[in-house]
Amino acid sequence: MSSPTQGDILRMREITKTFPGVRALQDVNLSVRRGEIHAICGENGAGKSTLMKVLSGVYPHGSYDGEISFDGQECRFAGIRDSEQRGIVIIHQELALCPQLSIAENIFLGNERSRRGLIDWNRTNHEAQALLDRVGLPENPVTTVSDIGVGKQQLVEIAKALSKEVRLLILDEPTAALNDEDSAHLLDLLRGLRAEGITCVIISHKLNEIAAIADRVTILRDGRSIETLDMDADDVTEDRIISGMVGRDLEHRYPPHEPSIGAEAFRIEDWTVHSPVQRDRVVVSKANLSVRHGEIVGLAGLMGAGRTELAMSVFGRSYGVDITGRVYRDGRQVEIRSVRDAIGHGIAYATEDRKRYGLNLIEDIKRNISAADLGRLARRGWVDDNEEYRVAEGYRHDMNIKAPSVLSVTGKLSGGNQQKVVLSKWIFTDADVLILDEPTRGIDVGAKYEIYSIINRLADAGKAVLVISSELPELLGLCDRVYTMSAGHITGELPRHEATQERLMTLMTTLTSKDPAR
Amino acid sequence: MSSVSATDVPAGPPPAGPARTTVFGVSLNIRQSGIYIAFALIVVLFTILTEGALLQPQNISNIIVQNSYILILSIGMILIIIAGHIDLSVGSVVAVTGAIAAVLMVDYGIPWPVALVLTLIAGGLIGAWQGYWIAYFGIPAFIVTLAGMLLFRALTLTVLGNQGIGPFPDPVRTLSNGFTDGYFGNVGLGVLGGADTFSLLVGVLVVGGMALSQWRTRTARLGYHQAVDPLPVFLLKIVTAAAVIMFVVVQLARFRNLPWVLVLLAGLVLAYSLVTNRAVFGRQIYAIGGNLQAAVLSGIKVKQVVFWIFVNMGVLAALAGVIFAGRLNQAGPTAGNAFELDAIAAAFIGGAAVQGGVGKVVGAITGGLIMGVINNGMSLIGSPSERVMLVKGVVLLAAVAFDVWAKRRAAR
Repeated sequence: MSSPTQGDILRMREITKTFPGVRALQDVNLSVRRGEIHAICGENGAGKSTLMKVLSGVYPHGSYDGEISFDGQECRFAGIRDSEQRGIVIIHQELALCPQLSIAENIFLGNERSRRGLIDWNRTNHEAQALLDRVGLPENPVTTVSDIGVGKQQLVEIAKALSKEVRLLILDEPTAALNDEDSAHLLDLLRGLRAEGITCVIISHKLNEIAAIADRVTILRDGRSIETLDMDADDVTEDRIISGMVGRDLEHRYPPHEPSIGAEAFRIEDWTVHSPVQRDRVVVSKANLSVRHGEIVGLAGLMGAGRTELAMSVFGRSYGVDITGRVYRDGRQVEIRSVRDAIGHGIAYATEDRKRYGLNLIEDIKRNISAADLGRLARRGWVDDNEEYRVAEGYRHDMNIKAPSVLSVTGKLSGGNQQKVVLSKWIFTDADVLILDEPTRGIDVGAKYEIYSIINRLADAGKAVLVISSELPELLGLCDRVYTMSAGHITGELPRHEATQERLMTLMTTLTSKDPAR
Repeated sequence: MSSVSATDVPAGPPPAGPARTTVFGVSLNIRQSGIYIAFALIVVLFTILTEGALLQPQNISNIIVQNSYILILSIGMILIIIAGHIDLSVGSVVAVTGAIAAVLMVDYGIPWPVALVLTLIAGGLIGAWQGYWIAYFGIPAFIVTLAGMLLFRALTLTVLGNQGIGPFPDPVRTLSNGFTDGYFGNVGLGVLGGADTFSLLVGVLVVGGMALSQWRTRTARLGYHQAVDPLPVFLLKIVTAAAVIMFVVVQLARFRNLPWVLVLLAGLVLAYSLVTNRAVFGRQIYAIGGNLQAAVLSGIKVKQVVFWIFVNMGVLAALAGVIFAGRLNQAGPTAGNAFELDAIAAAFIGGAAVQGGVGKVVGAITGGLIMGVINNGMSLIGSPSERVMLVKGVVLLAAVAFDVWAKRRAAR
């Protein structure tokens, strides 16, 4: 390449991106030097993926504020094709390969090697072979992608990027689904690409990998760029990165709460769950945890740690295969084979994804609240819809659901009010154990306070509450006790007075790559 | 907490305040009542085009009797479409159950009530067969019922040996084609001439029952402080419905009394409206179609519900099969051809959503009647069949396009 190897290849200045009701990015600055491996770190929801979507044109020019310059020229991408034309290629966490097509077909998808509209198969497979050699993947290009493992699929993605003459390669959590060997190979490959002059931006939760490979690291927190560290010059340790990731001020207030904790309500022992997609992969490994009546217990972990999988597998085996372990309710062992069993045993699970898994968005508030326990409002199979109305109105009032009546359609409500409907639905089942998965995700600050108050009220009423959250301050402000999870293992348990963000983050990032169960 | 909730209002996306909901309420109303307005307009249009022939006593009777089996099928179909599935096999099921009924009644001489019950059971088993593959084996309903369309047509041809079987016993023909007896003689209605007293009495009772139950529902809701229609609007709706019902009844009473199949149909509509609105089972169908994942995570036994709505479809198709065969007085190998398309079209014209989760029994009936009136009205004015098909195609497309448009506008 004729251009100088020093200086910045990419500059993003004052990037601000808002979604309805949420500011995802605020005045974010990022500069990437030519030929370096630049890591981006931050908690879940810090804005990493949003920033990369702005850069690659997924969010087109005009939908955000700020400037992007690549190679000294200002960029106004209208879509991914524009950014790819300039040599910016993003590889998403969820691989975007067509499993039924061959490796070669996937590499040249949308970029086919053709002559007069007909695909030139010889050239396609020949060039694919060359790319596979370059990324060190010993597979035949005509092999179907579904026949190779996830680690190799990741390499196919990189080969695909290389086929587009990539100059800036963005990898979003590239090793999240890989085992140690595949991860090591991938990191070696990235070092090789760096030697060839390809610049890499890597988003990762695995701090040991970042420490091993990155030249510089930029830390995002709450949608802002906090700092950029030079790994060599600043002598950066994993602890240094952690303190940057979590060191925010407590911007939300938490309602004061004096717990009155009773007997044990819920316990799981040796809970092990396998992935339904890869049956040999352990997603949750021999997990033990317990929650007492009146207690709010947190479950902390980074993306992919297995928190949601743990909760859903307990909740009537809604996730996973080859599930083993024991569940106890009020000290007695119970068998839970279906969601109905779980509800029958007084267990409720409010999902992290309200819109996809929690609500019937085309129905009104009333029918959503009654959905999980409609039988209670019915006699001999016939619903008393006046009683249903009364019950729902009661929740609308108690939960402060802001809607003109319970006949309003839930799809029209704000995130906070939708969440209140979901909570009402599960409180209506009269559950004693409530598992709340990311109860405040996508909710603005004022509504968060209300949700916290509701959770406190539930605990005061003797319910056992397990809160899964990616926001550490929230867990510290709300919970009486916090478990940490990493790579499917429960890695720690801290009472409220011992827990700090740094200690939690350390426990959440241990064991990630030395997991013997994988 | 009150200070915090106050800050919530400007911070979040605008919550559904009264003004917005009023707008949405109106658009919702358009979406729900549009079908009835469209039906009224079509009736008026064809009344003008046929110079009143459409609403003549005999013609009203014809429209009901000729479309009865499609309307029965559309009741089963709307449940399936609400759940997010489809059934392409009902035409063939009509044929095979008609053939079964014919074999039992004509060839084996089994008493007709027993044969009717056996035929309905056969229809239920056919539904169970398809429901098993769809609900428990996980094959899309489109494929299973497409296969069923071929399978049950083949079975029909095998049973019938490529020829019709008939004639049916008189009671079966009466159910399909016949009318109630003039139990209490006739009564003079001035310029309208004589009319059957019994039919008129039934009409008055139906109207009275409807008004009473609506009034009681309204009172109960008021007792729970629910929003209800203002009294004038409420009365206007009741009076309009009563006028329409009485008009039809009077016309029928002037012709040959009430068709039995209308009595049957009214019972089915009432029963299935209750099931969809009030029964736990019916409400679970909406939950499944609205958001399958949420329904699963709410502990609804999705597989069972889906299985039973296909069993139900089979039973209703068998009923339609007997009525259709009884009307022709013969079970034929081509019976029920393309009935599935009419039933599906009725459901979608009647306001069902393509993605599922939305739809009403009365809507599907109205959708079926819209097509029936178009068929009948256009044949009265002598339109060739290709033009009838063209118009029906355009109406179906327009109805669904309207639904999609209304939803998009509501979502904005």
